[in-house]
Amino acid sequence: MIAALALCLVTAQQPAPRVLVWGGDAEGGAPFVEADPRDPSRVRGFDVEVAERIARGLGGDRRAQFLQVQWSNIDQSVERGDFALGLSGVEDTPARRARHAVTLPYFEFREVLAVRPADAGRIHGLADLRGRRVATLGSTIAYDLLMQARDSTGVLPISYDDDVHPYGDLVTGRVDAVLLDHIIAQRALRRRGGIGFVILLDQPVAIGHYVGVLAQANAVLRDSIDAVLREAMRDGSLKQIFRRWNVWDDTQRTFFERVLRTSETATGAATATSGQALAYVPSLARAAVVTLLVSILSMALAVVVGLTLASGRVYGSAVVRVATTIYIEIIRGTPLLLQLFVIYYGLAGVVRLPAFLAAVLALGLNYAAYEAEIYRGALEAVPRIQLEAARTLGLSELQILRLVRGPQALRYALAPMTNDFVALLKDSALVSVITVVELTKETAIYATNIGSWVVPGALCAVVYLAMSLPLARLARRLERRWQTP
Amino acid sequence: MSAPPLLVIDRLRVRYETRDVLRALSLEVARGELVALMGPSGVGKTTALRAVAALQRFDEGQIVVDGFVLAPGPLPPESRLGVLRRRVGLVFQAHALFEHLTAQSNVTLALRHVLGKPRVEADTIATRLLSELDVGTRAGAWPRQLSGGEAQRVAIARALALDPALLLMDEPTAALDPARRSALGATLRRLCEQGRGLLVATHDAEFARAHADRLVNLT
Repeated sequence: MIAALALCLVTAQQPAPRVLVWGGDAEGGAPFVEADPRDPSRVRGFDVEVAERIARGLGGDRRAQFLQVQWSNIDQSVERGDFALGLSGVEDTPARRARHAVTLPYFEFREVLAVRPADAGRIHGLADLRGRRVATLGSTIAYDLLMQARDSTGVLPISYDDDVHPYGDLVTGRVDAVLLDHIIAQRALRRRGGIGFVILLDQPVAIGHYVGVLAQANAVLRDSIDAVLREAMRDGSLKQIFRRWNVWDDTQRTFFERVLRTSETATGAATATSGQALAYVPSLARAAVVTLLVSILSMALAVVVGLTLASGRVYGSAVVRVATTIYIEIIRGTPLLLQLFVIYYGLAGVVRLPAFLAAVLALGLNYAAYEAEIYRGALEAVPRIQLEAARTLGLSELQILRLVRGPQALRYALAPMTNDFVALLKDSALVSVITVVELTKETAIYATNIGSWVVPGALCAVVYLAMSLPLARLARRLERRWQTP
Repeated sequence: MSAPPLLVIDRLRVRYETRDVLRALSLEVARGELVALMGPSGVGKTTALRAVAALQRFDEGQIVVDGFVLAPGPLPPESRLGVLRRRVGLVFQAHALFEHLTAQSNVTLALRHVLGKPRVEADTIATRLLSELDVGTRAGAWPRQLSGGEAQRVAIARALALDPALLLMDEPTAALDPARRSALGATLRRLCEQGRGLLVATHDAEFARAHADRLVNLT
């Protein structure tokens, strides 16, 4: 036992392996980071090569080791110590600089609009998009720009969780423009064979920079990395990386010269600082209203469809019983997330539902399956002898349901229904995947932009509780009122 | 010429899968007559009452209630049983009161929704019925607040709401003490005096001998 412990200590004291663990999101894809098609266990992209160049530059035969992390969680993960350096098209923002150790910028990008070819002559900037739907990736500088433009010029920002669907929805007409980094826009255009939309490259909405992000306590390593990056700019190795990935142009040359000349710590487009955190409160309030609306409408749909399904199962013919059972089992047996995607994207070829309607439909039809089982159980819990007693009194089946079975079943169903509504309130967070910005999504955006989950998380929890607790209280009061002694 | 019997059960046979629960039961109940259907538990007394109330299908024989004929085979749809429902009342052994309604509302339910009487009239009738059965003061009570004897009398009042000519009762003395049994006997006699026929399934021989006009033994 002691020998084993000693062995552990010796092992622990051995020098750390010479690796630079860096985090990025391969889901973001090329040219940043993507799984290598020839060997999907490896990643490739200009950020991969930048990380390798940094590791080499740090000396001692160090090599770079990739760790997959969700893009929006890079800041939190690096601060937790999951990896030393976050690189994956990480944007330079004042908030990030305030909360983390940030490297000097190594790439300059332009926030550019993409529009349908027919609109290219009419749209030159955000000012031309008053009242129009403009898509972007959540938690980005572009998103902040759109939020500012919403207040100043009246554009309607639509937030996505990925940077592929915005362009698809632009082509199909669900949105009128996309605002994102020019290399993301160019990649999307290449994927579509150069047709479907045009990029307003010459009229950038803003300029931004990619940086590496490290834990605040890791400033020494950050300084070493800065030195490596400067060296890579001087010796042309960074330029070669960008050339290989077709993202090099004259603006990068000017940008490199500026960085080397001033050793600047460039700042990106204006975004929220912690001091401006209060500015998010109205957005959170709006998102809370969306959550409440989605939940209430979905629950109403779930109750109506659930009652129909339950009636089918209890009173229907064999065919109806089988059909309702199949619906319930399919809906309960597949993820809600999948159902959301199918209704919003899968059906887009047949019927192009607005995101809000698709969200209410998906949640409502999903919860209907659960409600149906609650109502069926509640209907069957009413003693059969009471139904027979009602029959001997000459009541019709419909009257028995309305006057005897239904009212008693409702009492049995009330508690599980309340439970379901509270669950639905929280499940409504999933609808952000189809661009509906509700409370959790808005909180994530808020947290990413200020670089901390503490205040946004607490605020979000308070709002959810403020919505669910009164509901539980109302349900208890109703139960008490309906409870016969 | 004497009046035709209120209830005629003729060679009634009920099978559950391969077992005969009732085989060739025949009996008659006249108006104003209290007939006790006797026999030990499991002999088919409840099944016979349920068949008369059209809650239970039967395989052979015939049941005629005041001219309404029930034939063997599947139960007719409720839409064709309206006449029977108004002629036959059934008091279940477990009373089967509607738990979400007060005693008063248990009685007014059929008055309002089957006979279509206005609320005030239904309430007047219910109050009279409950008072006649000595539970007038319990009109506002919920079923769970009633004692066994009270619940039974509310159930009788509910069954009488449609003023049926024939009242069926299943084991009415099962949960009653001797004093209550005697009071129940007097109540049933009074119902007979009103011209109703009563068929009471019971295994309580003493009660049957004391209050019934006729005993029919099932073995």
